[in-house]
Amino acid sequence: MLSMTDIHTYYGSIHALKGVTLTVNQGEIVTLIGANGAGKTTSLMSVSGVTQPKQGKIVFLGEDITKMTTEKIVAKGITQVPEGRMIFPRLTVRENLLMGAYLRNDKDGVKADEEKVYELFPKMRERMKQHGGTLSGGEQQMLAIGRALMARPKLLLLDEPSLGLAPIVVENIFEIIQRINREGTTILLVEQNAQMALHIAHRGYVLETGAVTLEGPAKDLLENPKVRSAYLGLD
Amino acid sequence: MFEQQLFNGLTLGLIYALIAVGYTMVYGVIELINFAHGEVYMFGAFLCVTIINSLGVPLFPAMVLAMGLCALMGVSIDHIAYKPLRKAPRLAALITAIGVSIFLQNIAMIIWGSRPVPFTRSAVPAAFSEQAFALGSVSVSGLQLFIYLFTTAMMIGLTLIINKTKVGTAMRALAQNATAAALMGINVNRVIAFTFALGSSLGAAAGILVAMYYNTMSATMGYNAGVKAFAAAVLGGIGSVPGAMLGGVVLGVAETLGAGYVSSQYRDGLGYAVMIAVILLRPSGLLGKSVGQKA
Repeated sequence: MLSMTDIHTYYGSIHALKGVTLTVNQGEIVTLIGANGAGKTTSLMSVSGVTQPKQGKIVFLGEDITKMTTEKIVAKGITQVPEGRMIFPRLTVRENLLMGAYLRNDKDGVKADEEKVYELFPKMRERMKQHGGTLSGGEQQMLAIGRALMARPKLLLLDEPSLGLAPIVVENIFEIIQRINREGTTILLVEQNAQMALHIAHRGYVLETGAVTLEGPAKDLLENPKVRSAYLGLD
Repeated sequence: MFEQQLFNGLTLGLIYALIAVGYTMVYGVIELINFAHGEVYMFGAFLCVTIINSLGVPLFPAMVLAMGLCALMGVSIDHIAYKPLRKAPRLAALITAIGVSIFLQNIAMIIWGSRPVPFTRSAVPAAFSEQAFALGSVSVSGLQLFIYLFTTAMMIGLTLIINKTKVGTAMRALAQNATAAALMGINVNRVIAFTFALGSSLGAAAGILVAMYYNTMSATMGYNAGVKAFAAAVLGGIGSVPGAMLGGVVLGVAETLGAGYVSSQYRDGLGYAVMIAVILLRPSGLLGKSVGQKA
């Protein structure tokens, strides 16, 4: 469904991605784990067209999207839930959700999807008229995910959904991610919480200083001694 | 006397407000003080009179046409001068804005000369110079009444666009988090262009109203009005649209009362004194949000 081949991305003179190659197949949850500064967020931003790669190729559903604008990429069916949630603090919850559907013109479909988001996150219905900034961290993460779902994405990119959240809230969010996947949305999940991520993912990639150093089925990565000591804090 | 000054101040204040919303909206979406906004206001007045004089178009259609041309002008300024600097330090864009302002002032001098030009009296309805109504000792002219109604209608329209339409919501979203707005598929440059178009057409309308009110316009009129309206936007809380409206009215009334009761020579100074006092007590302005949490 998505393939990144030898992606090089720079921030000014900083060589952030040094040839990242990965694939995501239809229906999968694929996780990208790694330490701070390994290039996880940059990888997602490259897919979304926010930071355009200097070299390499990104193909989505058979189409080269490497040089496309973010607007086009969202229209093709890739939506990102960015790190730190980035909800709009002074828009209401409902307005936040509607911004997620910005490129859609099918009013009835948008209405139905809004209803789906409220079913998935009943808290959002209660808080519909509140400003996004008044929500708790966990609720903001739910809003950010809900907002992305409003675009009816084929591929959902999630950047550190567990960041700064209490363990019980993280568990709840991860259950919802699995549910979204079961209902047909393919997911590329970036996480520092490797333990949680590898437990729900089908496959995983380990990113170190801008390049993939390990890949495989999530189960195997959980058993891998290197992953266990470096990312899971075990052994 | 006091009541009369209040009504005169309101006239001026509503016009300041109309210019100030242009500053504050652009600041909201790209954090730029668009110093060329005063020149768009000036062009509004000159274009309107030129359309009336050379094409024989009546006042109101000429006004609409001038507003449309200025909307286009605002979009072009952004496209040519500011868009290439979107990712540059804000200071670079600010200096560019000052440059655009000087450039446009000089263009206006080349086209219309550097001497003041009167507004075409024959195009102005006779009712505008007559008294529309009197309240005790207060006399309000037809033009003043038109200014009250027109600016109020524009402000209501603008508020509805910002709060109730999709593109208005996108403007607010963009002002709050540009990266997130882009990730929603919002075409950021198109929304910025829309913001310039809105602000510029309102600024042009203000220029036309002022030129009619004082029966004069000049290539340099944008400077003073621009600085005043900018002060009004800061007074109200830069980035806040209701703040700019309130700031404009407060500044206009303060200035007129100051001119009436203290000395008309100090009218500008008194207006700014009010602004400074407010900023000292409330650095974020009357309706501004305190900065710090840009989540």
